[in-house]
Amino acid sequence: MTNGPIDLDIFAELKDATGDEFAAELVNTFLDEAPGMIAELKAAADASDLEGYRRAAHSIKSNANTFGATRLAELARKIELGDMPAAGDFTDAKALETAFAKAAVALRTLYND
Amino acid sequence: MTDAPGHLLIVDDNKVNRLLLSRNVELLGHKASVAENGLVAMEMLSSQSYDLLLLDIEMPEMDGFQVLEAINADPDLRELPVIVTSSVEGLDNIVRCIELGAEDYLPKPVNKTLLSARVSSGLEKKRLRDEQRRLLERFATTEVAQDLQESGFAIGGKRANASVLFCDIRGFTALSENLAPEATIDLLNTFYTLMFEAVTSNGGIVSLMLGDGLMALFGVPQPLNNTAQSAVAAGHEMHSMIEMLNHERLADGERNLRIGIGIATGEVVAGYAGTDNRATYTCIGSAVNLAARLEAETQNTGSRILVDQETLDLLDGVDIQETFGGTQIKGFSDPFDIHAL
Repeated sequence: MTNGPIDLDIFAELKDATGDEFAAELVNTFLDEAPGMIAELKAAADASDLEGYRRAAHSIKSNANTFGATRLAELARKIELGDMPAAGDFTDAKALETAFAKAAVALRTLYND
Repeated sequence: MTDAPGHLLIVDDNKVNRLLLSRNVELLGHKASVAENGLVAMEMLSSQSYDLLLLDIEMPEMDGFQVLEAINADPDLRELPVIVTSSVEGLDNIVRCIELGAEDYLPKPVNKTLLSARVSSGLEKKRLRDEQRRLLERFATTEVAQDLQESGFAIGGKRANASVLFCDIRGFTALSENLAPEATIDLLNTFYTLMFEAVTSNGGIVSLMLGDGLMALFGVPQPLNNTAQSAVAAGHEMHSMIEMLNHERLADGERNLRIGIGIATGEVVAGYAGTDNRATYTCIGSAVNLAARLEAETQNTGSRILVDQETLDLLDGVDIQETFGGTQIKGFSDPFDIHAL
């Protein structure tokens, strides 16, 4: 079962394993931290820093998987394994930003229901 | 859950991962500390001991591979079990972790049941290794215990220059006839505690305990700058310790203990000899026989310490009490010059 960007089974499993309150706190941490990771990805793309670029994508992928943000995770994984874009090419980073925004809305909705 | 609680260190540069892993570890009944990269983790490991490491691979400053290498290179940390938790891509990276000594690999997001099983097994391994180390240290010194663990108890030998020391309590059999069995063992325990201290504080190891005496090696398995100097220093320290013990014994109205010491230096073959089930670190060479004979000879000469010529030649600024030229030693055809210190 999915709620758009979020795989609800994975999300339920997370809540089940760690507790409702903790999962809510973890979602908030992710929503706070992710914009910083996307900023790091852009900065790395700007500076042609391959290692930093892959690490930022890797981090986002890892967290997206934790919350069942499948679409976001797929995109991040593609970036992690893909080639470095030309300096200043933010196409991938922007796609990732959009996917994150959608996942963020869905995650917030899950807690406001 | 049957585990005793352990203290785990979680190393991850991502805050969500750190929080989630800490939560999971705490829900399993263990204590969790966190580090945000490898450098911080190495600092924490050097100032406190942990039972298990949960290690991420992709990190700034110092990544997980570098942490595994640093842990491998540190004898104090080598036995710390490491479970790699990562969403790193590629089987070759996982293989590399295992080759670098990681106990296990758990893909992220970490499955709670798998984590529980791996943590239990990691903590159990740590407990067994600690137990093995404690047992080893009771019967051997730290150096031998470490050497044994590093060599994986390989039965093999090496040739080295070493000084061999034999020490024995004079007339112990007669002395113990007037003692209760418990008091005899008590006295031997005190004697061994003092003698072990004298040997190990001078870089030697006790390789054999023989009733009321012992054999100590200097220069194997750990090389020493001057094996003779170290052995003689240990010998003098043994005598001072016995004198201190005698002060106490006198106050309790008990008879003085007297010891004799023989030291010889030369090339020996040292290694673990025995079977796979029971091996002892031992040493073979004419210096071993000579040191044992010199120790026996102290009874005839009344000397505190007797050394052979090779030992004497290596000593700096030595105070010779007496030299017995051309002494015939049992088991050796040529006579020796031996020296009382």
